[in-house]
Amino acid sequence: MDERNPLEESLLFTTLESIADVIRNNPLVKTVKHNAVVGDVVNWGRSSALWPMTFGLACCAIEMIAAGCSRYDTDRLGIVFRPSPRQSDVMVVAGTMTKKIAPAVKKLYDQMPEPRWVIAQGGCASAGGPYNTYAVVQGTDLVVPVDVYIPGCPPRPDALLFGFLQLMEKIKKENPFILEERNISL
Amino acid sequence: MKHAITEDLLIKKVKDNFRHDIIETTVYKGEVTHLVDIKSLRAVCNFLKTDPDLRMNFLCDVLGVDYFRETPRFEVVYHFYSIQRKHRIRVKVRVAENEAVPSVTHLWPGADWPEREVYDMFGIVFEGHPNMKRIYLAHDWVGHPLRKDYPLRGYKDRYNPYGEEKPEEI
Repeated sequence: MDERNPLEESLLFTTLESIADVIRNNPLVKTVKHNAVVGDVVNWGRSSALWPMTFGLACCAIEMIAAGCSRYDTDRLGIVFRPSPRQSDVMVVAGTMTKKIAPAVKKLYDQMPEPRWVIAQGGCASAGGPYNTYAVVQGTDLVVPVDVYIPGCPPRPDALLFGFLQLMEKIKKENPFILEERNISL
Repeated sequence: MKHAITEDLLIKKVKDNFRHDIIETTVYKGEVTHLVDIKSLRAVCNFLKTDPDLRMNFLCDVLGVDYFRETPRFEVVYHFYSIQRKHRIRVKVRVAENEAVPSVTHLWPGADWPEREVYDMFGIVFEGHPNMKRIYLAHDWVGHPLRKDYPLRGYKDRYNPYGEEKPEEI
């Protein structure tokens, strides 16, 4: 039996492969990932620091901004808006998505690292809303998979916060090692 | 008094200079509208801009209208305003399908984007425009949505399952 710490090499975080080793390919994760307590701890960590991407499409974005400002203050729940998809966990599709912006939404979603979630805020993002017309995508689920739908036109900031809380509950029921178990690479 | 003077200027002066090119002139609530032959649109616009009494130096907007099943099918409407003289005039031209309208961007650079909008929504091409491409819709869009024969809900595709089936010729 090898006495060396299996994390010794990869803990230096010098390359992307070494980080991936810590997450996926080391024997420690293999032994703990079936442990319910470890799963709960990982999910607790993920749900306690949901970093949404700052990405507004229409009037729902104003409510999203209000939710991020001092009156509703999403920061107290660990929801800190990030300026880059590379640093984000959640994509809040805030507003009417037109067919012209849909490829950009898909691209931003693809740029977000796993694990990632999507919240469709408002009627337009959920199902096209009042705009059953030629230019509007009839629901975010036609472009990217959606975890939480928030009704409203636009939803109030407390509704958006409730959507985040629902997403936290959803994350707590997930299997945090699903990618490792299915051998899905980043 | 002022009303009579502007009417004299906006109607008589323009009509005297373009006797055969102005098809119709209407006045509604003090707003003067000239329906101009498309061949002389450039000359009329040049006159409206350069004449010292008219001085139409501000182009408010360029619009398109689709009179579907009529010939000629389209109408392009120009709204002019004179900042110095504080009067307005409206010029219309009738455009047939597949007919190009002379661009007025050389007279009013502000016509650039409105003309692109009319092209985007109606498919009316403006001849002499420096950058004749779509402004609102995606550049690979097929069709012109404000035409009367374009369905309101668009055509069925991966983003719009409720649209109409695309006809064969498009």
